Amino acid sequence: MSTTLESSPRVSRRRHARRKRFSPSRLGIYGFLVIAALFFLLPLYVMLVTSVKPMDEIRLGNLLALPAHFTLQPWSDAWQSACTGLDCNGIRVGFWNSVRIVVPSTLFSIVIGAINGYALSFWRPRGAGVLFGVLLLGAFIPYQVMIYPMVRVLASVHLFSSLPGIVIIHTIFGMPVMTLLFRNYYAGIPLELFKAARIDGGGFWRIFFQLMLPMSLPIVVVAMILQVTNIWNDYLLGLVFAGTRNLPMTVQLNNIINTTTGEKIYNVNMAATILTSVVPLAVYFISGRWFVRGIASGAVKG
Amino acid sequence: MATVSNIANANVANVAVRDLKIQLGANTVIDALDLDVRAGEFVVLLGPSGCGKSTLLHSIAGLIDVTEGSIEIGGEDMTWADPKDRRIALVFQSYALYPTMSVERNLSFALRINGTPKAEIARRVARASDMLQLGPLLKRKPSQLSGGQRQRVAIGRAIVREADVFLFDEPLSNLDAKLRTELRRELKQLHQRLGATMIYVTHDQVEAMTLATRMAVMKSGVIQQFGTPAEVYARPANLFVATFLGSPAMNLLNGALHVQGAGVRFAGAKLDLDVSQYAFGAQPDYGKPCVLGVRPEDVRVRIGADSNQRGQVSLIEPMGNHRVIWLDYHGTQIASIDQEKTPVAVGDSVAFAIDGAHISLFDEAGGARL
Repeated sequence: MSTTLESSPRVSRRRHARRKRFSPSRLGIYGFLVIAALFFLLPLYVMLVTSVKPMDEIRLGNLLALPAHFTLQPWSDAWQSACTGLDCNGIRVGFWNSVRIVVPSTLFSIVIGAINGYALSFWRPRGAGVLFGVLLLGAFIPYQVMIYPMVRVLASVHLFSSLPGIVIIHTIFGMPVMTLLFRNYYAGIPLELFKAARIDGGGFWRIFFQLMLPMSLPIVVVAMILQVTNIWNDYLLGLVFAGTRNLPMTVQLNNIINTTTGEKIYNVNMAATILTSVVPLAVYFISGRWFVRGIASGAVKG
Repeated sequence: MATVSNIANANVANVAVRDLKIQLGANTVIDALDLDVRAGEFVVLLGPSGCGKSTLLHSIAGLIDVTEGSIEIGGEDMTWADPKDRRIALVFQSYALYPTMSVERNLSFALRINGTPKAEIARRVARASDMLQLGPLLKRKPSQLSGGQRQRVAIGRAIVREADVFLFDEPLSNLDAKLRTELRRELKQLHQRLGATMIYVTHDQVEAMTLATRMAVMKSGVIQQFGTPAEVYARPANLFVATFLGSPAMNLLNGALHVQGAGVRFAGAKLDLDVSQYAFGAQPDYGKPCVLGVRPEDVRVRIGADSNQRGQVSLIEPMGNHRVIWLDYHGTQIASIDQEKTPVAVGDSVAFAIDGAHISLFDEAGGARL
């Protein structure tokens, strides 16, 4: 008796599980996805293949062919000795410049965005709505418009063409989006939690550091990914504000590719380009899961 | 003040709300409200949602700014004091536990903030966790607790603070029925042990009746009646209180009062009842339309009695220890609580009697008790 009772749901469950894996429509979907993936991966493939070929082979013009003589020389050239104008120290100079710009800029913009979002959602000072509106407006103004005024302002406080200067610029331009991100995240946290902490005697900073910040890990990861990627990929702001000694990797890459003595060294250029895009790619691959989780939790609760 | 013998806390404070006005945006939620809570009392604010009871509680806690009036706690004017300086603790409906902290750190958060010595913190946390049987849960995070355990922790957080006044904002509403009755009992015992002043907001009349030493029934920002549960139940101040309390609700019959000889009679469309024993608040206006209210337990079904007050049984609801018998009395549904297993069936025509000593009379126009 009991066996028949038990077996009946199991049978039906198995029937559900045994769905046809390769119906024509499935094949169509997979076929399309594979083609789309190939299409988007093709340039990367060309870059990778070209970067490990010697120049002789590249001159033959077989763009898609696998390397006949595999070599890592272009990579080490790109890193150590590629020329940007007169300097031939490779792209590593730009790499370390970018690191020096990205780390403090990301840190400051996240901290300021978190504090802004926290103050706007929980403390609601007078005029908070207006302030938030203005800040949001800032996110929609193309920043090219603000470059010249910002140059004048930074020059007047002697921070133009310096590392602190470019860090300040990135912090300011990152602020609207960071504030929006954290404000929306905190809007999803029940207000009662904040009230309870207030009754328990927590002040502005204590509630922020001991209660809200530890709860913000998912959104901090999201903010970090956004900022690291944005700032690393930035070209224009770095070119204008960083000054020649702090040019970020993107600017350096452009210089390497535009510096030609005789022939274009495609393999080195390709290697330098891949090296430049490695950081955002790595950030995405390592923390992509966190990213989705953070965005989702923010969206569902908010 | 010191007459209460079982005071566990050092201080027991009274709360006096005077002429309170609260505006949220454009609308006035509370206007000219007075409330006196004596030290050591368990006062329940009862009312339908949106009646301003939570707003009142939060203004006592200092979480909502007062537009006019004053709030005194323990004889001190606290109208503009910071929440943390009011010596109050608030338990929320949603528990509001700090999700990243363990139970232990949740309990000790307030004490760590105000710099209480470590030994004292440990003593108070141990005391609270003993009281609420939280011992095995101290190392857990709130997400690893059940609803009842979470609310216990939230109550523990209030106990640890050794506040003078405990405020509860519908603390049991998120729990299932069984847990609710359990925690309700625990709360009552807790009040007896601590002897602290407690103000408790709820929309659940059972909680109000069982917990309160005095209860305030509120409607649209106004306290309709403030008294002991027995008082409020037996002698509701107006029609709103009469119908809000009690399940099934009080039976209401329209009619008018007439003088007959030495007595007073209530005459409805069909009903005619001697109400001479009724304690009128003032000399009644004879002939004016009024409403007679009688609790279902004061309506007795009488089998075989010879009476022209008869109704037809339309529904019987068995409740286990009693039954609710619904009578159709000339189109009006009258509920009667029957404890004696009177043998009736749906469709029977039965006589019923109303206990003239346990009725309420209300003015039909204003709804006020006569």
